[in-house]
Amino acid sequence: MSELNKVMVEKYRNDFLKEVEANVEEGNWVKMCMQCGVCSGSCPFGPYWEHPPQEIFMMVRAGKREEVLTSESMWMCTSCYNCIVRCPRELPITHIMHGLANYAHRLGIAPKMNPTRRFAKLFWQNIIKGGRVNELKLSIGLYFMDGFSNGVKKGLEMLPVGLGLLKTGRLNPFGLLGGGKCKGASDIHKMLKKAQEIENRRKGFAS
Amino acid sequence: MSGAVATNETILVVGGGISGMTAALEAAECGKDVVLVEKNPSLGGRVSQLYKYFPKLCHPTCGMEINLRRIKANKHLRVLTLAEVDKVEGRAGDYTVTIRLRPRYVNENCTACGACADAVSTEIDNPFNYKLNKMKAAYLPFNMAYPQRYVIDSSIIGTPDAEKAKAACKYDAIDLGMKEQTMTLKVGAIVWATGWRPYDAAKIQPYGYDRYDNVITSVEFERMMDPFGPTAGKLVRPSDGKEAKNVAFIQCAGSRDRNHLKHCSRICCMASLKQSTYVNEQFGDQAQSTIYYIDIRAIDRLEDFYQKVRANPTVKFVKSKVANITEDRESSDVILHGVDTEGYHRYDNRHDLCVLAVGMEPSVDARGIPGGVHADASGFLEADAANGAIFGAGCATNALDVNRAVQSATAASLRAIQVINKVSGAEV
Repeated sequence: MSELNKVMVEKYRNDFLKEVEANVEEGNWVKMCMQCGVCSGSCPFGPYWEHPPQEIFMMVRAGKREEVLTSESMWMCTSCYNCIVRCPRELPITHIMHGLANYAHRLGIAPKMNPTRRFAKLFWQNIIKGGRVNELKLSIGLYFMDGFSNGVKKGLEMLPVGLGLLKTGRLNPFGLLGGGKCKGASDIHKMLKKAQEIENRRKGFAS
Repeated sequence: MSGAVATNETILVVGGGISGMTAALEAAECGKDVVLVEKNPSLGGRVSQLYKYFPKLCHPTCGMEINLRRIKANKHLRVLTLAEVDKVEGRAGDYTVTIRLRPRYVNENCTACGACADAVSTEIDNPFNYKLNKMKAAYLPFNMAYPQRYVIDSSIIGTPDAEKAKAACKYDAIDLGMKEQTMTLKVGAIVWATGWRPYDAAKIQPYGYDRYDNVITSVEFERMMDPFGPTAGKLVRPSDGKEAKNVAFIQCAGSRDRNHLKHCSRICCMASLKQSTYVNEQFGDQAQSTIYYIDIRAIDRLEDFYQKVRANPTVKFVKSKVANITEDRESSDVILHGVDTEGYHRYDNRHDLCVLAVGMEPSVDARGIPGGVHADASGFLEADAANGAIFGAGCATNALDVNRAVQSATAASLRAIQVINKVSGAEV
């Protein structure tokens, strides 16, 4: 258990809803859910969620902290926004799902091997480095996410696609050597650092 | 009719539905002079379009008959149909109202014999049946219409069809030269009872009311049960005319939804519970009703009715707001998709017919009522001292069932009478 997780368990003992309201992006909306089920029924990935959004909201209110934060469910959200459009109470459901996933990740209790979490990490590390996504490094990183031999296999599979992209000028092979950075990358790093400080202060996370 | 005399001791009632009729009658039976204006060619309003009332399951025609007898017997009450209020000026005890009268093209000689309808060949949508069928362009709005006089639809004026109607009339009742008129009335108080209209179901995109034949509204379902209605009283599917034995009801179709109507329309739960009894009435044990709901709001004594329907083994309750509807192209069956709240089970349920329990919205947005009155966020008229002597009644003020609408109308009538009594000096 991470230090932050211990702190939060102590601070919000038995009141997970309050914890979500304070620390999760758009978490203050959770209490507005009237359990109609339109979000769950409207989700294109609905059948693959262990706990659909409607159930997640009820679990938050029921104080099922462990079950919610370690769940793979909210990582299933693909941001299609169908639920937000249809929700009769206008809950920003997509944002709450991302908020919960992000919070679980910050606490260090999100499922370690969840592919969405791993991809999100990869993407984030990639983009903050130069302030711009390096697509070549990102996709190669993605192929090698599950080990070296898997990466080679995947890479060979995708070779024709890569060559096609190369031929049509849609792929820069020098991306591997770096480059593609934006001019003010260091300023972006400063901004991100500042944003992190503000968030930590606002949510009472130890920085 | 344009010579109607009224003074500032007259009460104007706007809207001739159950609330307007009640308010007008209560005041007139107290000896007050009342002018009742109705936009349609007949009194009766939406209640006359219902098959049965809840919770007693009696027929509204009965109450309508009583009210019409009261109207005919009362010398203080005058009824103007095809009339709309354009302007209201003045203040409590002294209003000047401008009323626009559309031509009926039929005068008082009409005996409702129907010869004009036989003569005319043009057919138009029948609004009494929510356009589920057609009717002749010379028509009696419905069997119990008051006044019992035919109407020539303005769409055939100037065509040979209108001349045919005129030629067929043995009583010289058809006057094709009638023009729109305006009149001004002096009145002391106004009861505003313009009622409600069903929310436009086509706006609820995931339910496909505009795309699927077998998705209908609760008001249309009501018309199907009328022996004189578009299906001659048979519950059949619009797509193929097959018996609709397996019927789904979707609650809160447009209500309690910030994308549509913010308010709870109050009557829809009871309406669907009632309509589930229609399915039994037609098909007995073969009937299968499924009610999809967020929560059932059967208040006060109506809870008994709910419990009775709950105990009916042919009625199933699914606690879930349906996410969307698709259609099986081959059978035209509707398939309802969603997740229920009692266990979070995903369902894809097939039904013959789906009835949307559509919400109520005010038929006239109170924010636009001439004279200026207070309105709530949904456009219902709100009681406020600043409204002067304009009193809301029935569904113009809130989503109400018939019982509560009549109570509200009686209360509005009493308030109007108080104003008139002050004007006349009967009360200081």
